[in-house]
Amino acid sequence: MTTNTTLNPPTATGQSSAANAPLIDMKGIQKRFPGVLALDQIEFELRPGEVHVLFGENGAGKSTLINVISGTFPQDGGTYTFCGEALSNLNPYRARQIGISPVFQEFSLAPDLTIEENLFLGREISKGGVLNKSEMRTKVAQVLDNLGFDLSAKQRVAELSRAQQQMAEIAKALLHDVRVLILDEPTASLSERETERLFEIIDDLKAQGVGIIYVSHRMAEIKRLADRVTVLRDGRLVGTVEAELVSEEKLIEMMTGRTFEAMFPHIENRAGDTLLQTSGLTTRDRLVDNVDFNVKAGEVVGIAGLVGCGKSELARAIFGLEDIESGKIELMGQPVTRPSPAHMLKRGLCYFPSDRVAEGLALPRSVRENMTLAALDLKAFASRGFLKIKSERRIADEMIRRLTVAPGDPEKRVEFLSGGNRQKVMLARGLERDVKVYLFDEPTVGIDVGAKAEIYNLIKEMAEGGAAVVVISSELPEVIHLSHRAYVMHRGALVAELTGEEIVEATILAHFFDRDHLDEAGEPPLQDAG
Amino acid sequence: MRGNTIMEKILTPIHKAESRQSAVMRRLMVLGLLPLLMIVLCIVLGMIEPKFLRSANLINVLRNASFLMLIASGQMMVLIIGGFDLSIGAVVALTSVTTALSMNALIAIFPDSYLLVISLGVLAGLGAGAAVGLLNGFVVALMKVSPFMVTLGTLSIASGLALYMTQGVPVYGMPDLFTRDFGRMRIFNLPVVIYLTAAMLILIWWMMNHTKFGKYMYAIGSNEHAARVSGVKVTFYIVATYTACSMVAALTGILLTARVGSGEAGLGATLMMESIAAAVIGGVSLRGGVGRVEMVALGALFLALVTNAMNLLRVDSKLQTIVIGVVIILAVGIETYQSKRVKR
Repeated sequence: MTTNTTLNPPTATGQSSAANAPLIDMKGIQKRFPGVLALDQIEFELRPGEVHVLFGENGAGKSTLINVISGTFPQDGGTYTFCGEALSNLNPYRARQIGISPVFQEFSLAPDLTIEENLFLGREISKGGVLNKSEMRTKVAQVLDNLGFDLSAKQRVAELSRAQQQMAEIAKALLHDVRVLILDEPTASLSERETERLFEIIDDLKAQGVGIIYVSHRMAEIKRLADRVTVLRDGRLVGTVEAELVSEEKLIEMMTGRTFEAMFPHIENRAGDTLLQTSGLTTRDRLVDNVDFNVKAGEVVGIAGLVGCGKSELARAIFGLEDIESGKIELMGQPVTRPSPAHMLKRGLCYFPSDRVAEGLALPRSVRENMTLAALDLKAFASRGFLKIKSERRIADEMIRRLTVAPGDPEKRVEFLSGGNRQKVMLARGLERDVKVYLFDEPTVGIDVGAKAEIYNLIKEMAEGGAAVVVISSELPEVIHLSHRAYVMHRGALVAELTGEEIVEATILAHFFDRDHLDEAGEPPLQDAG
Repeated sequence: MRGNTIMEKILTPIHKAESRQSAVMRRLMVLGLLPLLMIVLCIVLGMIEPKFLRSANLINVLRNASFLMLIASGQMMVLIIGGFDLSIGAVVALTSVTTALSMNALIAIFPDSYLLVISLGVLAGLGAGAAVGLLNGFVVALMKVSPFMVTLGTLSIASGLALYMTQGVPVYGMPDLFTRDFGRMRIFNLPVVIYLTAAMLILIWWMMNHTKFGKYMYAIGSNEHAARVSGVKVTFYIVATYTACSMVAALTGILLTARVGSGEAGLGATLMMESIAAAVIGGVSLRGGVGRVEMVALGALFLALVTNAMNLLRVDSKLQTIVIGVVIILAVGIETYQSKRVKR
């Protein structure tokens, strides 16, 4: 095992003649999963010292592509050349050996091991299977120091925050000699400051000739970092463009295949009576702190904020999924004491969780069963404890038609559905009963563009039909283009309420971050708030 | 680099302080509770029943605990990689029968070379254990069958084989050198099995903490996907772990056979359950990734103490199994409760 310092990867082989020869050259790459063509005829090239951004919707094939590049699964067709050599039978182990270091979104960290053990996992310094702990310790300390990350090598990963885990993951990728660094939405859980530090590291690596593949759909980051951008849509290559020569609007058009505004429907504002109101709502874990909030009939209210600001927890607390310490909830003028999901559903409030797999759906069960699960207490579906399968089926068919769930088979098991269709199955639950208040938690996370537009239209239908709709989202455009009124949440508190024309990106972003920190850094809040 | 100092200021280790405290709490809970309980148990027992403190009895407890410590440390490895081994008791029986039968057969061929007969007999026993372990490992790792079902199957196969080979009759006739001289050997008045167990435990501790194999076990049990993408040959190490576990069980079987003096298909019937109990009492997580051999040894000692206490107090043997059952459920309950609290 080599023991070079981390930030000094080997220079590209062949020096001057090959200085601009691509590190990675992929042609005609195909990847098939059961029932889907995840990648179709992809061309991709990475040069030394460039940041090449992969851009596309969720489900466009970005993750699949970086998994092929890093050897997690082999391509089914096409050629993959690394430094002029065709690669076959690549596996994660070999990929790391030849200097391809991925930083995945779902972390490759073992929570029960320490940072030190994780950094060296699979590449321990050892002799005959016996670990050389002191040497590894020295090297880990050196790497963490070089990166300027405040992590202690002895900590167990399970005890780290998400941002710290992200930093550990990056440190892991940089522990050994790196020629290609793959970053999959690395800033999703990092603070502004940590992000800036990461960008500095990226600049350093670039200067040393490392090729960087950067997956992101944040415009500001793309502007700051990218040399070239490759856009994917539905598993196909839309094109590779020079970052300097392309506008934001053009990129979004390439990504979605339609103009930006066309995705969002115009929702008539017919705000009526206040249907849901909280005052001084505080959860036991303080992730929601003293929140006064309300939503009226016929109104769409957006809640924006960073990951972990408590916006999700607010909805969950109202629905009875988080312990409430103090404060009041009023639903349709009636006070609610001790909310519980069953109780709230009965009273006409429905919450759609963001994590559909963990909290929403029973994957091995049918579309029909999943759709009617939350409504089985209604007379229409059950009498004296027995289910009425026929009426269940009728409703399921109707929902499948109304929401255009594909495939349209009510007995299909949900695990075989795409993200967008899963979400529709979830949403059907809220449409079966007389619901007056809908709480959407990240309604479009992980689903494709087409399904997104359909869900936006459903929200329009609901609101114009007189329901109160709350859209909690980390995707700013969603909040901006759907909401009549928007709240910005920061560290558990609502810090701003914006209406109508005030709801624009710059205003929302300005409320996202903590002033104290910004003052300390002496930097303006967000010069690149694209 | 610019920003270094700013970074230091900003990344104030809020999380760190919190997590450090919880880690200390955890350690206290895990380490503190069990020895404390054992000391209390010993004091109470010593007061109620003075026979408990006699050296003959204490040595007896230690010897019984030794067998359990050994087999539980094997079980621990499989639990750490997130698996399960129900076949461990049947492996003890199969090993016992295989060792005894092969020694009997060999002694007819080499009537005078006892050492050779014993070594080959022991090797045959270890081989039988390794075979079961390999089968467990391959089916779990390659066919992705739930370890619970796989080892339930091999449990049935191994105990069936042991019964079939002996027709349920104990196998006598092993060399005296093995059953009498070795099986009852004492060094400084302590049974030799105690020394052997101590040596094995140290070896396993060293393996778990200072070798790649050990680290990979923790990594696989903690997050198999992470281990795989980090370049750990997961399949290989799963097979290796099941094999190591079965070999440790086989060693236990051989030592028990020497002690009992005959090869018996009924040997080790309770060891499967007790090994899981000892491991869980010793803080091994049933979800994998967590467990320390020294704590497992304490867990086994605790179980042996409880059993000894019940014997001394003349608790009906049928009631004893009920008590052990309650202890197991309590241990798993506490373990689950703790890991939930830590997660929160």
